[in-house]
Amino acid sequence: MDMNFNQHISGQFNADLEAIRNHMMGMGGLVERQVANAVEAICSGDTRIADDVIRREDEVDQMEVAIDHECTQILVRRQPAASDLRMVLAVSRVVRDLERIGDEASKIAIHTLEVSDNASSHLCQQAMRYMGAEVVKMISGALDAFARHDVDGAVEVVRTDKRVDQQYASALRELITYMMEDPRSIGQAINILWILRAIERIGDHARNISEQVIYLVSGTDVRHSSLTEIEEKAATKE
Amino acid sequence: MSIIENHQTHGAPFSDSPKLTARNVGVYYGDKQAIFDVSLDIGANEVIALIGPSGCGKSTFLRCLNRMNDTIDICRVTGDIELDKENIYDPKMDVVPLRARVGMVFQKPNPFPKSIYDNIAYGPRIHGLAHSRVELDEIVEKSLQRAGLWSEVKDRLHAPGTGLSGGQQQRLCIARTIAVDPEVILMDEPCSALDPIATAKIEELIDELRENYTIAIVTHSMQQAARVSQRTAYFHLGQLIEVNPTDQVFTTPEHALTEAYITGRFG
Repeated sequence: MDMNFNQHISGQFNADLEAIRNHMMGMGGLVERQVANAVEAICSGDTRIADDVIRREDEVDQMEVAIDHECTQILVRRQPAASDLRMVLAVSRVVRDLERIGDEASKIAIHTLEVSDNASSHLCQQAMRYMGAEVVKMISGALDAFARHDVDGAVEVVRTDKRVDQQYASALRELITYMMEDPRSIGQAINILWILRAIERIGDHARNISEQVIYLVSGTDVRHSSLTEIEEKAATKE
Repeated sequence: MSIIENHQTHGAPFSDSPKLTARNVGVYYGDKQAIFDVSLDIGANEVIALIGPSGCGKSTFLRCLNRMNDTIDICRVTGDIELDKENIYDPKMDVVPLRARVGMVFQKPNPFPKSIYDNIAYGPRIHGLAHSRVELDEIVEKSLQRAGLWSEVKDRLHAPGTGLSGGQQQRLCIARTIAVDPEVILMDEPCSALDPIATAKIEELIDELRENYTIAIVTHSMQQAARVSQRTAYFHLGQLIEVNPTDQVFTTPEHALTEAYITGRFG
């Protein structure tokens, strides 16, 4: 075949699709930094970093609205089909998850300010550090997989999410033990619980982004599927 | 770009309840081959859309289905085409009743230069479908109603058909096709000369007609194919590349050529 199928007849259409993808990646980069900073803030107790995360949340929200608007414009003007349609739908869904990750990062930062001047802020430090690092990797892994149309990379993120969920469950047990041993720690423990919960939710959103990568590449909708089902569906489409 | 060697149609070209079956159909204009080994079923009461770039053979294929290609001297058709298991290229087959059973609507509305009434009554008259004036009146009214035109023309049935708007003329042609009680309706870009509102009315009509008829429609508008059909067949340089349920073709086509065409990467 002596034709180049990578380009549309319309150069502007190419440019529009390229733009939503790039803008989504830019938003992803910002959100990833927000999460990394929020995790850094709780671990170090640095309230300036937490303040910064809260301040920049608005930027993330604006990006979501702007990218979603661009997606709407492509739908209206181009009536995309097949892989182009999947790209627009996937980008639109991914930016929503990114925006929610931004919300969670901001929640972590807010709780950080509440626990920062308290003696028991060392509760579950290790779990927060570990889970925090995992979800930051998940976000960048999911975005990389998106950029490279890499189904294996996306499935790997889903696997990591399962580990984060397990880590969350075990941290929860640890917190309950603290609370039973010393009821005075309950107020503090609940704050930590919110933080762990936010980190765990970020993992879920990163997983959603990976599911969109599989949809983008193969057209298979794997939302609400188990890890095993996703592995099977991804394998049959390769 | 050249035709694909040993190509097998991707997807689901066959139907459990076929109305028309085409097997290994080839079409030649003189020594030039226009259609290569196309096998496809058109299922009863389905709307199938035939899409593809200009010159891909979709209209040529459509015209094989009621032997419209017979009117072109140098045109030769090979393979088998059956309507309800009856070979339509059998030398004993009379093409006049065949074309009543498999009607056709063309790109440009082509009403006869006669009254609206006579446009519809012409077919039933020559095929002897009405035995009295009352029966003929009934056929005319029913056909115009089915084509969604009755309320607009009932007070001027004896005005010339050519005085109607483009969209009305096309619905008149559809009514004319329906009047001889066909089983299959072939449509060759029926909306390409119409404005969006007239187009929407025809598309609505296609959906209603599906209850009683089997419809094959050639269209250059992919949105139209997506809106009106249950299955979509993609033709490319005379080959049938892929046939699949319409929603699948427009979200996850199987073949790279289908994908490239529907996403506007060539045409």
